Amino acid sequence: MYERGWRRFGVLALFLGPSVIGLLIFTIGPMLASLGLSFTNWDLLTPPKFVGGGNYQQLMSDKEFWHTLKNTLKFLVGYVPLVITIGLLIAVLLNSKIPFKQGFRVMYFVPVVTSWVAVALVWKWLFNPVYGLINNGLGLLGLTGPAWLFDPNWAMPAIILTSVWKDTGFIMVILLAGLQGIPREYYEAASIDGANRPQSLWAITLPLLTPSLIFCLSISLIGSFQVFDQVYVMTEGGPAGATMTMVERIVAHAFSYSKMGYASAWSWVLFVMIFAVTYFFYRLNKARA
Amino acid sequence: MKRRKFPWRIGVLTVIALAGGLAMVTPFVWAIATSLKPSGALLSLPPQLVPSEPTVAAYTRVLTRFPFLRVFGNSLLVAATTTLGQLVVCSMAGYAFARFNFRGRDALFAVYLATLMVPFAVIITPLFILVTKMGWANSYAGLIVPGMFSAFGTFFMRQFFLSIPRELEEAATIDGAGTFATFLRVVLPMTGPAVATLTVLSFMGSWNNFLWPLLIINDRNLMTLPVALSALQGLYPGQTQWNVVMAGTVLATIPTILVFLVAQRWVIEGVAGSGVKG
Repeated sequence: MYERGWRRFGVLALFLGPSVIGLLIFTIGPMLASLGLSFTNWDLLTPPKFVGGGNYQQLMSDKEFWHTLKNTLKFLVGYVPLVITIGLLIAVLLNSKIPFKQGFRVMYFVPVVTSWVAVALVWKWLFNPVYGLINNGLGLLGLTGPAWLFDPNWAMPAIILTSVWKDTGFIMVILLAGLQGIPREYYEAASIDGANRPQSLWAITLPLLTPSLIFCLSISLIGSFQVFDQVYVMTEGGPAGATMTMVERIVAHAFSYSKMGYASAWSWVLFVMIFAVTYFFYRLNKARA
Repeated sequence: MKRRKFPWRIGVLTVIALAGGLAMVTPFVWAIATSLKPSGALLSLPPQLVPSEPTVAAYTRVLTRFPFLRVFGNSLLVAATTTLGQLVVCSMAGYAFARFNFRGRDALFAVYLATLMVPFAVIITPLFILVTKMGWANSYAGLIVPGMFSAFGTFFMRQFFLSIPRELEEAATIDGAGTFATFLRVVLPMTGPAVATLTVLSFMGSWNNFLWPLLIINDRNLMTLPVALSALQGLYPGQTQWNVVMAGTVLATIPTILVFLVAQRWVIEGVAGSGVKG
């Protein structure tokens, strides 16, 4: 930028103005407003009432909050290892010398570009206890499938399976890019030195793939805290609250029960958790570098 | 010895890849099969993967009982304008962060990075109230404008501009071109790959966005596809008509898949690239 004086200011305003103003109005403003609201009670009809940390106190003693947190951990414990292991497996598979790699890559990736609502609807119908394909398939094997989305013990596993199916392609593509970024010479050098396949996997592939793996781990962890679409379409948090998630509860408190302050406080607790995860991975990355 | 071992290994791997591929494809086949069944056949056991009496009745029902084509147009309009807006806003702001020297630049950029971490759930309540107060509930503006100012897009474009050499811009400036003219004629023509990636990510994000349109729209004529699909479940009171729901799902998904097949290189590279940089 070589302009001077007022023209310099004009150029700056032209380039940055729209972005800064838009971000202020539609992100930073609402974010600060939500922090402010979290210290009030507001039902949208009467003016907000300041209650200090009341909402946060109430949250900590709210059984529903702890129940939802437990649900989130259940989802995370099932989803994260599954999606990363299967994604890695497929990435390794598609990095080998099998035919039709291009076609396979497309097949595995199609669910990623499909809308969550479409995927959730199809799986809701697949999981139908009587007429669905899954239980009828299990029936052919002589097994009786559970009632899935209607069974408090099986609804969360069903949501996890659906999510793994949708996101595997995403993880696969990132890890495949990571694998392809490892120079072939390393493997050649290792094999000249007499390393076998598992040895070079352990000594070359794994360490060089770690940054991609850490990225996948952080993305899928952060995603686990923000599950909404699939739950809204498939179970609406049920049965008996077995699939209630943080975002689903925040939306319910704000838009079904008109408890704006309580919903805001809940959302800031969620933010702190996500921030903690992000910060952890940021430090991890820094420590490695 | 080695030669005989090789095809055997590849064969096993191919079979595994095929089994996995089958698991990915079956739900789509099931959706198409269901959409072609008459309502009576939905409740017959065992369910057929190939309908014995295929019919397009469910498709005519979804198209007549629901403004589906209109909804489709809405999604297209919203995704296209949001993407275009993001490209303009983000490339200019990204350029400013990459090339301009001004006081507070790094602090401002840190604020941009910080907003990347904020979950949408945090801003959703005040954003909803704000947009409603602006009179944008149930309007295209309410669907489009809040999505145009992406901190991620700005970050992404900044990284790209930092990676291209300055020499051409400097030459243009020596020839007397102003900053904006240089940006327009010299810089923008070089942004092809970055713009392609951001277009793909932004369009996909907007096209599949669910929570925000769900809250801000309740007029059927302004719904986007995900919201309309979700509403199809309750189209017939009492019981969900799965052939109709699946017909809508298939109609909504086919264009997505077609676009993906045509643009798969950019889509996959875009997603992979977002990982490498992140």
